Formats: sequence, C-alpha cells, structure tokens
Amino acid sequence: MSYKVLYYVNQFFGQVGGEDKAGMAPVIKDEKVGPALGFDQLMGEDAEVVGTIICGDNFFNENNEEAVKFIIDAVSEKNPDLVVAGPAFNAGRYGMACAGVAKIVADELKIPVITGMYEENPGLETSRAKAIVVETTDSAAGMKKALATMSDLARKMLKGEKLGYPEDEGYFAQGKRLTVFSDKRGSERAVEMLLARFKGEEFKSELPMPVFDRVAPAAAIKDLSKAKIALVTSGGIVPNGNPDRIQSASAQKWGKYNIAGKDSLEGEFYTIHGGYDPVYANELPDRVAPLDMMRKFQKEGLIGEVYEYFYTTTGTGTSVGNSITFGSEIGKELKEAGVDAAILTST
Amino acid sequence: MNLELRKIEIKDVVFGEVPGVKDGVLTVCKQDIIDELMEDVNVKSIKVDIAKPGEKTRIIPVKDVIQPRIKVEGKGNGFPGVTSEMVQLGSGKVNVLDGVAVVTIGDIVGFQEGVIDMWGEGAKWTPFSKTLNIVVDIEPVEGLDPHTHEATVRVAGLKAAEFIGKAGKEAEAGVVDKYEMDDIFTETSKYPDLPKVAYVEMLISQGLLHDGYIYGVNSGKILPTLIHPNEELDGAVISGNCVAACDKITTYQHQNNSAILDLYNRHGKDINFVGVILTPELTTLEGKFRTCDYTAKLCRTLGVDGVVVSEEGYGNPDSDLLMICKRLEDSGIKTVLITDECSGWDGMSQPLADTTPEAVAVISTGNVSHVVELEPADRVIGSAEAIATLAGGWEGCLKEDGSMVCELNAVIGATSEIGYHNLTVELY
Repeated sequence: MSYKVLYYVNQFFGQVGGEDKAGMAPVIKDEKVGPALGFDQLMGEDAEVVGTIICGDNFFNENNEEAVKFIIDAVSEKNPDLVVAGPAFNAGRYGMACAGVAKIVADELKIPVITGMYEENPGLETSRAKAIVVETTDSAAGMKKALATMSDLARKMLKGEKLGYPEDEGYFAQGKRLTVFSDKRGSERAVEMLLARFKGEEFKSELPMPVFDRVAPAAAIKDLSKAKIALVTSGGIVPNGNPDRIQSASAQKWGKYNIAGKDSLEGEFYTIHGGYDPVYANELPDRVAPLDMMRKFQKEGLIGEVYEYFYTTTGTGTSVGNSITFGSEIGKELKEAGVDAAILTST
Repeated sequence: MNLELRKIEIKDVVFGEVPGVKDGVLTVCKQDIIDELMEDVNVKSIKVDIAKPGEKTRIIPVKDVIQPRIKVEGKGNGFPGVTSEMVQLGSGKVNVLDGVAVVTIGDIVGFQEGVIDMWGEGAKWTPFSKTLNIVVDIEPVEGLDPHTHEATVRVAGLKAAEFIGKAGKEAEAGVVDKYEMDDIFTETSKYPDLPKVAYVEMLISQGLLHDGYIYGVNSGKILPTLIHPNEELDGAVISGNCVAACDKITTYQHQNNSAILDLYNRHGKDINFVGVILTPELTTLEGKFRTCDYTAKLCRTLGVDGVVVSEEGYGNPDSDLLMICKRLEDSGIKTVLITDECSGWDGMSQPLADTTPEAVAVISTGNVSHVVELEPADRVIGSAEAIATLAGGWEGCLKEDGSMVCELNAVIGATSEIGYHNLTVELY
C-alpha cells in the first residue's frame, strides 16, 4: 500500500521567491513543489506526496496563530500518514517554522513528522523531542543527502519499524531514554569500563550527566506580616485513606486539601510516600508539612495568613517532566489565589 | 580468607516428609518450616508455597529474597549477628542450594515491596523468575508497631532460608567456587603490577524499611567500613529494606553480589581487588558529607587506582553517589558508577537528581519508571491487589482480567544497581 505524505516548505524552497516573499500567507498546492518532488521520487511506490504547503518564514513566525490554523485545516483535509518539513539547513526562521509544524502536527494532531536541520539551527532544540530531525549540512548544497536520509527514515516510520540509533541513522537524538536488555549484566559492564579506563581505551558512558535548569529566586517579601503563605510538600502527606490515590512513588498527580480552620494535620492526615520511614510522619504529619508552626507564626503576627489549601505530591522517583508540570499547575493556582509565597518541604 | 561456595544444582523442589536432596530434587517439609517460624511469638501464621520458572504464577508483595545455604565446614552458619551467634565470616565451606530462593511476602508494612512473575513478559524483567522459589507468607500478630513488624518479617525470612538450607548438608556439590584472598600486602606483593581496585557498595540507611544490616548492625549507625569480599558472600550483609523493589539489594543479591563476583573474576588477572567498602546512604547533609569524605579517604588509604561504586535506591542517594565520585576522581582514582535512572514514563526526563562533571563513566541499569504490561496469572501467591499501593503501581493498574500495568519500580531486582540484572538504557 502507498502511504500519504504532506510536505511543508518555505517561500524559497516553494519556488515563490526570496526574502521579499517571506511575508506570504500559507497556500497549499496539490502538486509536489521543490524538495517535495525529490522526496516523492525517493519514496517510490511506498508513499506519495499528496500536497505541498508553502508558507513565508516571516509569516509563520509573526502570524503564528493564522499559520497554525491553516496547517491544522490542511492536515485534517489531506489526512496524511506523515508530514515532512524542510530540510531547513541552517536557516533560522525556516527552522523555527519547521519546529512549529512539528509541534502542531506531532504533538497535537499525533501524526509523525520528519524534518532536517543543521546542528546549530535554533529550531532544533524545540523540535527534536517531537519530530525526527535529520542532521544536515548548513546549506542547501546538502539537499540530496538530506532527502536520502529523510526518505529512508520516513519509510521506516510509515511502516512502523523501529529506528536504529540516532548516530547510525543520521538523526538527532530525541532525548528519549529507552530501557533495553543488554547481553551482559551491569556489574560486568562496570568492570569492563573500569579496565578500559585503566588501559586508556575508549569507552562510552551509559548515562551522560544531566544538565540542570537554574531557577532564579523570587524577590524577597517586604512585609511578611501581611503575606499570604501557602504550604506545598513533596512528602506525600494526604488525608487518611488517600482519597485521590496519589502514588507512593513516581507520582503522576498532585492533590490539594482544605486546611482552613485546622491548627494541625494530626489525626486526619498521613503519608503515602514510599521513600522514607513513615512512622514519625504518621504520628504528626506536621513534621513534614508544618501547618502547626505556620499557625503559630500566624497567631504571633509573623505572617499574615496561611492559604486555605495545602498542596501535596510524592517526590520519590517522580520524573522531572512530571515535576515541571505539577509545579506549573500549582504555581498558577497559587498566583491566581493571590498567594505571596510558598513554603516547599521535601523529604 | 578462604571460602568455598559448593553449589548443589537443584532442578526441582517438592513438598515431602523428609527434607533432603536427591537427584537434583530438593524436598522441603512444609509443616517443619511453619513450626520453625511459628516459634517467634510475634508470628501469627505462616503459609508456604512453591513457584517454579515457567509457571503462570505471580508473587506479590515480595519483601526479600534469600538463598538457602548451610555451612558444612567452619564457623558461622546462618546469618551471624541476626539469626545465629556472632562469629567472623568469610572462610569455610558452604553448601548452596543453587537455583533455589526463599521469597518472603506478607501483610504490607510500607509501600516498597515488589512483584515477581514466573513466566512470560514479566519473567524477563526480574532475575528471580529463574529461581525455584519457596514462597513464605508471613502474617504477624496484630498490634505490632511497624518497626517490630518489619523485624519480625525480615528475621522470619532469614530463618526460613537457614532452615531450608539444612537439606543440603549431605548433598553432593557440582561446581565449587573458591574465593581466596589474603591480606592486601600479600596480594599486592603477588600482583605488584596490577591496578588496585576497591568496590564501594552504598546501602540505603534511612529508617524503617530503608536499612541494611552488617552482622546485624544497622548500616545507618556506622561510618563507612572495610569488609573482605568473602564476608559478604558468606552472609554478613542482609537486606532490611524495602526501597523500591527494582533496585533494593535483596539478601540473595548480597550473598551473590554480582559486582563482587565480577571483580573477583578479574582478581590476579587484570586487577588486584583489595576489598569492599560498605557506605551508608544517610538523609542529612552532614551525614552525606561525613560518609562521602570518609569513603574517599578509605579508598585513598588503600592506595587504590580504581573504584566501582554501586548505589541503592534513587533520589537523594544520587547525591551521595556523585559526591563520592567527585572526591575519588579529584584524588586521581578512576571511578565507574552503577546506577539506575528516573526518566519518567516517556523516558524524556533528566535521569538523576544530581549531576557532576567528574562522573564520566556510568553504567545505567534501566529507567525505574519504564512501564511494563503483565499478563494475567493463573495463580497469585499473596495479594494481587497490593500492586495499587506499591511503589510503581497505582490505583486501577490492576485490570479486571488480572493483567496489570506497572513501572519497573515494582519488579524485584529489575534495575539492580549492583548490576545483578541485564538492563541498560539507550538514548534515542
């Protein structure tokens, strides 16, 4: 069977014009234009390019909402099995547009996307996790090779075959860490790696060190005695019975519970966190989420008030991806509720 | 020290009246095991089952796995300091019921027990699907405080393994593994040109369900300590913890510590293996500085050229792992780390809770949040429903037909950070 492919190019590769046409609104043509033609030939019997979207780079980046709507409509109408964008080489705005297509089509419409970029293209970082981004040269001189690699990978993607390693197949790693079986147990691999280091031989670390985000601290609160403070914990403190079924490790959700009128969490709350000795937290949950001390400070006038909900999840084994989502969601609620600061306790 | 682990290959386990081994078949007497364990006044009831590789059997919630053995020459049968009187371990002859494991399950005291599937998809993910498992279900009396509850279950499992191990007393051993290593000076004079290597084994030491024990001493109470590899292979280190099932070091894995065995295998050939340093993973910052500094100092004192460090658990111990690595590399000691990762269901999250540029050589034993689908079992030993509250499970992950979806977190030994299993992670 032949699969359907929809192609996306900018004004230049769409043969409309150069920089002077960069503001053009998107159009869709039924024929194969520019690289779409070469791609279509390479796909042979396996797939057919059923249309080419041409959009000005400036238009995509400056009238994003309109461009997005156009692409959604075009994709819905053509109903392709795969969308190809670019390759954009080192063209920054084109790369950002291809990344934009990847976001809409792969992330939201759940149709796979393949594109191509030079390693310094600013579109790479925002698209590599969503699309397969083939590594290209920095200029269109590398078109032939880029299309060959893109078509090889497209064929595998369309047929649902597993792609090989990024470095072998010529695409940028998506950052997906996949658990697989090795032919040797871990300890043996460790000893071999140590021996390689002794001998000065090459070795490949199986876990390159992560690079961390840095979060700038918020400005200090000028007058604590008028501030509304929220209590947030990753210590797994929940109402008895865990009504929202928050996981004991690797949390997939968070909860919020009303603490208005309570002076302590004692008796009504406990911990479902699997990563520490729960005995002492269960005796007095305030040891993890210190409502008792907050109330004391409130009575003394040190702080203005305690926000009526406290927020909770389990920190142990919870992915950073989920943590970012939880933090953004909780932060948004606190901001909307006029909370001035939060005390975040971990375990 | 001179230790012989004499392996009696067991092909099958059956219940019978007279315990013993004949033609590779181990006979265990169910009632004898029950009577032995019921001697503890804190034990209310005991059930014993057998689960064999290939059977559509699920065991849940698993607390510990222990290898049944008996010492036939030399002192120190059982687990000195815990189930038997204190003696120096590491020498003598031990008959091992090879291929058999005692698996303890029972009423949950925490959230960190795990699952073993004996067949199909699930079997691939745990090393304990390949052992003939004698499953001991321990129910303590009501009203025990959690710490006593944990100790009761832990000690019952060790006693069961010791008791079952007696069946191998007269049996003929097949393979005999000999572990012989003299003091560091003697070994170094034998192998003056080989690089000296130590193994740092980190142990979760964080309170209830999160402690290891060395000759019965809670690992949370010690400074990092040097131990002869034979001592650990002879039962000096036991698991008192139920950290996430996937990467806790069960007692079985201490008795057969793969990092020790693989280093031993190279001793006198490629390396001069000088010993094991047991390092507690503490929760306080002061504790982390103390133990990590002390561990690096012990390595320097031994004059080693290289170190393999294994973690237990994840999250805050990632910091200990990398702090030790930094200190060793800064001292010019080549270091290889073994750890697992928490990269999320989609594998897209950063894998560790800490980072340091000195960690250039790391073995990854898998993503603890990798999601697996397990088929329905014909027989569940324990409680299938326990998965909802285990680390790695969640409400609704057990389907009506008995199939379940869970993270590797819940699978015993899946991402073993002593490198006992064969998982790794590839970047796509």
